Amino acid sequence: MNEKTLEKLQILADAAKYDVSCASSGTSRGNVKGGIGTATGWGICHSFTPDGRCISLFKILLTNHCIYDCAYCGNRRSNDVKRAAFTAEELAELTIEFYRRNYIEGLFLSSGVMRNPDYTMERMVRVVKLLREVHRFNGYIHMKTIPGASSELIAQAGVLVDRMSVNLEIPSEQNLKLLAPEKDYPSVFAPMRFIQQGMLESAEDRKKFRSAPKFVPAGQSTQVIIGATPDNDKQILSLASALYKRPSFKRVYYSGYIPVNSGDSRLPVLSKPPLVRENRLYQADWLMRFYEFKAGELVDDSHPDLDLDVDPKMGWALRHPEFFPVDVNTAPYEMILRVPGIGVKSAKLIVTSRRYGRLNSEQLKKIGVVMKRAQYFIACRELPMQTVNELTPQYVRRQVSQKQKKAAAELLQYPIDWGE
Amino acid sequence: MVVFTYDNTFDGLLSCVFFAYEQRKFPDLILSESDQKPLFIDEQYHVDTEKEKSNRVWKGLGKKISKFARNMLLSVWLSELPETTMLLFRYIRKNIDHPQGIEMNFGDDDVLRVKDIAQKVGADARKLIQFVRFQETADGIWFAPVSPRYNVLSLIVPHFTSRYAGQPWIIYDTERNTGLYYDMRTVQEITFSQKDLVELKSGRLDNEKLSDEEAFFQKMWKEYFQRITVKERINLKLQRQHMPRRYWKYLPEIQ
Ligand code: SF4
Repeated sequence: MNEKTLEKLQILADAAKYDVSCASSGTSRGNVKGGIGTATGWGICHSFTPDGRCISLFKILLTNHCIYDCAYCGNRRSNDVKRAAFTAEELAELTIEFYRRNYIEGLFLSSGVMRNPDYTMERMVRVVKLLREVHRFNGYIHMKTIPGASSELIAQAGVLVDRMSVNLEIPSEQNLKLLAPEKDYPSVFAPMRFIQQGMLESAEDRKKFRSAPKFVPAGQSTQVIIGATPDNDKQILSLASALYKRPSFKRVYYSGYIPVNSGDSRLPVLSKPPLVRENRLYQADWLMRFYEFKAGELVDDSHPDLDLDVDPKMGWALRHPEFFPVDVNTAPYEMILRVPGIGVKSAKLIVTSRRYGRLNSEQLKKIGVVMKRAQYFIACRELPMQTVNELTPQYVRRQVSQKQKKAAAELLQYPIDWGE
Repeated sequence: MVVFTYDNTFDGLLSCVFFAYEQRKFPDLILSESDQKPLFIDEQYHVDTEKEKSNRVWKGLGKKISKFARNMLLSVWLSELPETTMLLFRYIRKNIDHPQGIEMNFGDDDVLRVKDIAQKVGADARKLIQFVRFQETADGIWFAPVSPRYNVLSLIVPHFTSRYAGQPWIIYDTERNTGLYYDMRTVQEITFSQKDLVELKSGRLDNEKLSDEEAFFQKMWKEYFQRITVKERINLKLQRQHMPRRYWKYLPEIQ
């Protein structure tokens, strides 16, 4: 390895940076004799870049050569940019060297399409084969499959990697076809289905033979770009919720559109990426996965887009004042979970602690309830009855929205998979 | 005021509990011998640490509270915060005195505080697992200086021995001047001389102490760190929130 490798790293890290996913969770695995590495089950972030994003995996492209011409992508063939390609040996060795120094949890390998999909995918499989079989690497590997790659190659990769992703990128098929003429939804959904099938079959096999290989044990994920097309949040969240119904699906990532190619009339001109909207989508996604909210409760035909001024849980509560106040000392867990300002952790603490005696607002605060928000939605003996019903939703909205707007702009809840 | 003195070990603290119930004397303060004593002491007792007695307390506690809660007590101990001795004493006493134990009563200040401190200690250990950076030395040992907030080195041993089973490493707490050395078989405690410590604290070992390739891979990593940043989304506040400045000291990517 030498200065040449450094230059490749510069080009190919640059070209990989817009992919959002970096999670390393979902598999737990010990080391093997003579090997290196483990997977802990919880996503470990090893660093945070100045954009506040987590570096967990070594996210890199094998090459940025590409035969396709997707409008939203900096690597498209019509762009005049420096191109480079790692050899499989080089990339495997670099991964190991980074891993030994505790810089990373593993590799997130993606690539532009060189020559044809199978040619590219085959080389990607070589990298992970080297890692697993020659370097005896037991850390985490995430591979983004190449659209159009054959199922044989996906099957080969599936027993080597922890997670696979196929990026949807654009939340509606007609807009995808407009922006990426060489792609369509079947080319995305077919490999997703194939990966799921592989996972389910491997689970069956492993019931019979413990030694049967695991197939993509950490499941699959996908990414959609937000704000490059007129698709609304209802469309995006219904898509996400349909994906989460599949047993293999772990994460949907939302990536605020950043214009990398200027002068394409198919794409909007934005002065800033839509970061607040992206944050609201992550919050909504979180509510669907951990708070038992349905997509239809967060967005519907009369509110097709999430409210940018207040978070989606608050938004729901303000549209449903009839649900409140909730008495934290008697209400069931599911109802407590719906109160703005009470998270999963505090809700659990409330339910276990109230058996020892009634909780007062001081104790709630100590337990972690954000009273500034929760106060309008709970009944608690020593609080005056000033709930959303007496004060009206409009009033509460004014009280909470200014603060939330500021918080949303500053603290983007980026997908960090603590305790997934 | 009733004061106990003890040897400032966890077993010593459990021995204090044993002593208290045996003598029916409950301390207002538990101090180590070297601590400054308050002015108004009515009764003072020195409690000897006896492994057998501390074991009995620990076992008895196991009947009242879960393994998870007992682990929390150990974590709280590692925090080395001045309040821990009395906090743990009160917590243990409340659980002994309550027929079913009060581990789940987070309305109780001590129960909540034990949970909070244990969580902070756990978070500190996780931060260490995230931000440890090994440098390959010329003699083939992978060396990482660290300065955690709490005394959490012992908590991260299993993680690193299993992950890097095939590479000898040293993780060294430069603030507490104590470290762990893994020789690919066992882990032992080591201490460097004051002179070496000065060099360690700078975070940079002399070039001749490092392997030939070390500087190159650090450069690659720094370059990667810069290239993977999305300039349109710069958010230093968020970066600091996830990776507080106190952990930056030994990160090559931020030097
Ligand atoms: S196929 Fe991938 S790398 Fe190629 S232009 Fe489209 S998005 Fe970019």
